[in-house]
Amino acid sequence: MRAALQLSEAGLKTAVLSKVFPTRSHTVAAQGGVSASLGNSEEDHWTWHMYDTVKGSDWLGDQDAIEFMCREAPKVVTELEHYGMPFDRNADGTIYQRPFGGHMSNFGEKPVRRACAAADRTGHAMLHALYQRNVRANTHFFVEWMALDLIRDADGNVQGVVAMEMETSEIVVFQAKATLFATGGAGRIYASSTNAFINTGDGLGMAARAGIPLEDMEFWQFHPTGVAGAGVLITEGVRGEGGILRNSAGERFMERYAPNAKDLASRDVVSRAMVTEINEGRGCGPNKDHVLLDITHLDPDVIMSKLPGIREISIKFAGVDPIKAPIPVVPTCHYQMGGIPTNYHGEVVVEGKPVHGFYAAGECACASVHGANRLGTNSLLDLLVFGKSSANSMIDFIKQQPLELPQLATADVERSVARVERLNKQTNGVAVNDARTAMQRTMQAHCGVFRFKDMLAQGVEKILEVEKMVQQTEISDKSSVFNMARIEALELENLIEVAKATMISANARTESRGAHVRDDAPDTPETPNGRDDANWLKHTLWSREGNRLEYKPVNLQPLTVDTIALKTRSY
Amino acid sequence: MTTETVKFRIYRYDPDKDAKPYMQDISVELDSTDRKLLDALTKLKVKDDTITFRRSCREGVCGSDAMNINGKNGLACLTDFRDLKQPIELRPLPGLPVVRDLIVDMTQFFKQYHSIKPYVINDTPPPERERLQSPEDREELNGLYECILCACCSTSCPSFWWNPDKFVGPAGLLAAYRFIADTRDTAINERLDNLEDPYRLFRCHTIMNCVDVCPKGLNPTKAIGKIKDLMVKRAV
Repeated sequence: MRAALQLSEAGLKTAVLSKVFPTRSHTVAAQGGVSASLGNSEEDHWTWHMYDTVKGSDWLGDQDAIEFMCREAPKVVTELEHYGMPFDRNADGTIYQRPFGGHMSNFGEKPVRRACAAADRTGHAMLHALYQRNVRANTHFFVEWMALDLIRDADGNVQGVVAMEMETSEIVVFQAKATLFATGGAGRIYASSTNAFINTGDGLGMAARAGIPLEDMEFWQFHPTGVAGAGVLITEGVRGEGGILRNSAGERFMERYAPNAKDLASRDVVSRAMVTEINEGRGCGPNKDHVLLDITHLDPDVIMSKLPGIREISIKFAGVDPIKAPIPVVPTCHYQMGGIPTNYHGEVVVEGKPVHGFYAAGECACASVHGANRLGTNSLLDLLVFGKSSANSMIDFIKQQPLELPQLATADVERSVARVERLNKQTNGVAVNDARTAMQRTMQAHCGVFRFKDMLAQGVEKILEVEKMVQQTEISDKSSVFNMARIEALELENLIEVAKATMISANARTESRGAHVRDDAPDTPETPNGRDDANWLKHTLWSREGNRLEYKPVNLQPLTVDTIALKTRSY
Repeated sequence: MTTETVKFRIYRYDPDKDAKPYMQDISVELDSTDRKLLDALTKLKVKDDTITFRRSCREGVCGSDAMNINGKNGLACLTDFRDLKQPIELRPLPGLPVVRDLIVDMTQFFKQYHSIKPYVINDTPPPERERLQSPEDREELNGLYECILCACCSTSCPSFWWNPDKFVGPAGLLAAYRFIADTRDTAINERLDNLEDPYRLFRCHTIMNCVDVCPKGLNPTKAIGKIKDLMVKRAV
């Protein structure tokens, strides 16, 4: 949406394809804030933000991209305010900022107020503000269209996408000088996820089928506070406002795991602490399968003004009013750090070179700013910064192209048609729900918060079996009108690519780093916390063809400042 | 795990094969962990994959799964099915053309939303930093900006049913007041002009169905009242 705005305001003819009406995309569910070192409440610097992001990434993030993002942050957040974003305000009229996990002042000293917030509805306010600004800019939206495949010519140049209009099932080619994917994540590969139904990794599936490798797919963030049982997200902003995690003894257990940052340690650290508490028998509830998020000590007025949406979610999905009783929470799959490999200009990069005409931004892309673990509020920032930078790259690129579009390559179009044909004709096949459930259970059991060598190896076998099921899915709905059964089957073909990439990449990476933690990675002086920089300070690249794995170095060289040197991570 | 059978009556219409719409009686086994109507619909779709509805976030912020539930508009993902009388009768939102089953064509609804110019208008050059706004001025936007465009309100409004092309409807008018109330917006007069018409604003007869059904607890009638007040003040 941010990219579309930049393109439309530059006067380019811009088509946005979306499976849902634009304000229904999953950015709408982001709650806590968008980070920028505005320093409205206390001293802050982009260099501190950069340090926190590199540390949060467990040094897997590319430092050029991270510098770019943190430097641009105040500018893009200010622009968003100018677009009409209803940020909360401080007494002096500036944007309200709250503390958030892993965001610290003075290179890791103590939590800092960096998350710019609109109550606990920041994503909703941001998505609507960007949509509204796009209405003003006359962006052309193709609402309820699903892109099926990327079109590449014989030289690998990207020419556009094949897409299906959901209302009519008509298949149409969108040929374009430049194509950007902002297709979001694929959290639905897991059984328990904060993600929406629509988060099915469509861009990743399309890229993988078109021969583009996927980067760092073993790194998935499990958000510490999903509502137990329901999976619905409870923002880290709750802990930013003073919320405390407690075990069955009522103990504030994070003091033992992160004596400095406590409940505001990085998400991977908090999630692992919670699972450890549960595994060691200190979980809450009749099944001892969750912990409690306590805000009963906060002023009810603060809860009503700063966390009204959380109160609503808690009452509706946990049956608990958090003013009176703590919320049952459990780590839940939330965010994919990996994705389509790009540079900080938003160009998709394969074998060191940009793919002609192809761009990606947001959760589907891997720039890589989040590395092995993303900090909260850096995802909304990612959208703004790289949405804008990729659109600027597209504008420059389009200016250099001849006016006429090239001859359309048809192989990918034929593939899309064949996929839909196969589905329409399949008999004696597998129900979509059965194949999807098998995939989600496999991912949950074999590739969760803690990972085990043997389980991963078995997981690879199992997920390849599930892939065979996905190739034989059958639907009974053959209607041409808004056929959601067919859409779900096509989405599953994208999800399975992501699931394979995740399991195979995780099985191969024999160290612990950020969100990827294995039982067989030893904690030694050379490999603290199981992190093995000598062998694994590198990005994974998984290719669909033959499930091939390759690696590329991490960029430790920022643009203008000194490298943030490798260090053992503690909070 | 304990299960229970829940009975439904669902509006069905697939223009590809049905000459006219009909009501289908169908039941589904649900677990004790199932809570919301959307959980039930998801299981119904596993049983019969031709049952068609929109859904996405499943937590009441995206606005996809609005439908008419036992005669009242609401979001399937926020409604506890155990609170509903069986058979649970599900119909598409009233007053809009049906595309298929529970899916309506929302073109007219969004056209009205777009007609109020739903974006901040301020032609003064923006400052280097954020435009300042006091917490009190910002508070004026509470109860307005949270709208999720689900259309529960507008499609429960008789005035919108009768004149969907001329009456902006509660959702659009709530949005209109959201921008009027924003101290950063400089186009109040233009916005009031845009609504000064026998239909666009004044077809609201304060029936208040909109307030009754809003899944976010918003009050479009109150916002409409404030616009009418501003019209009066401007006239005197």
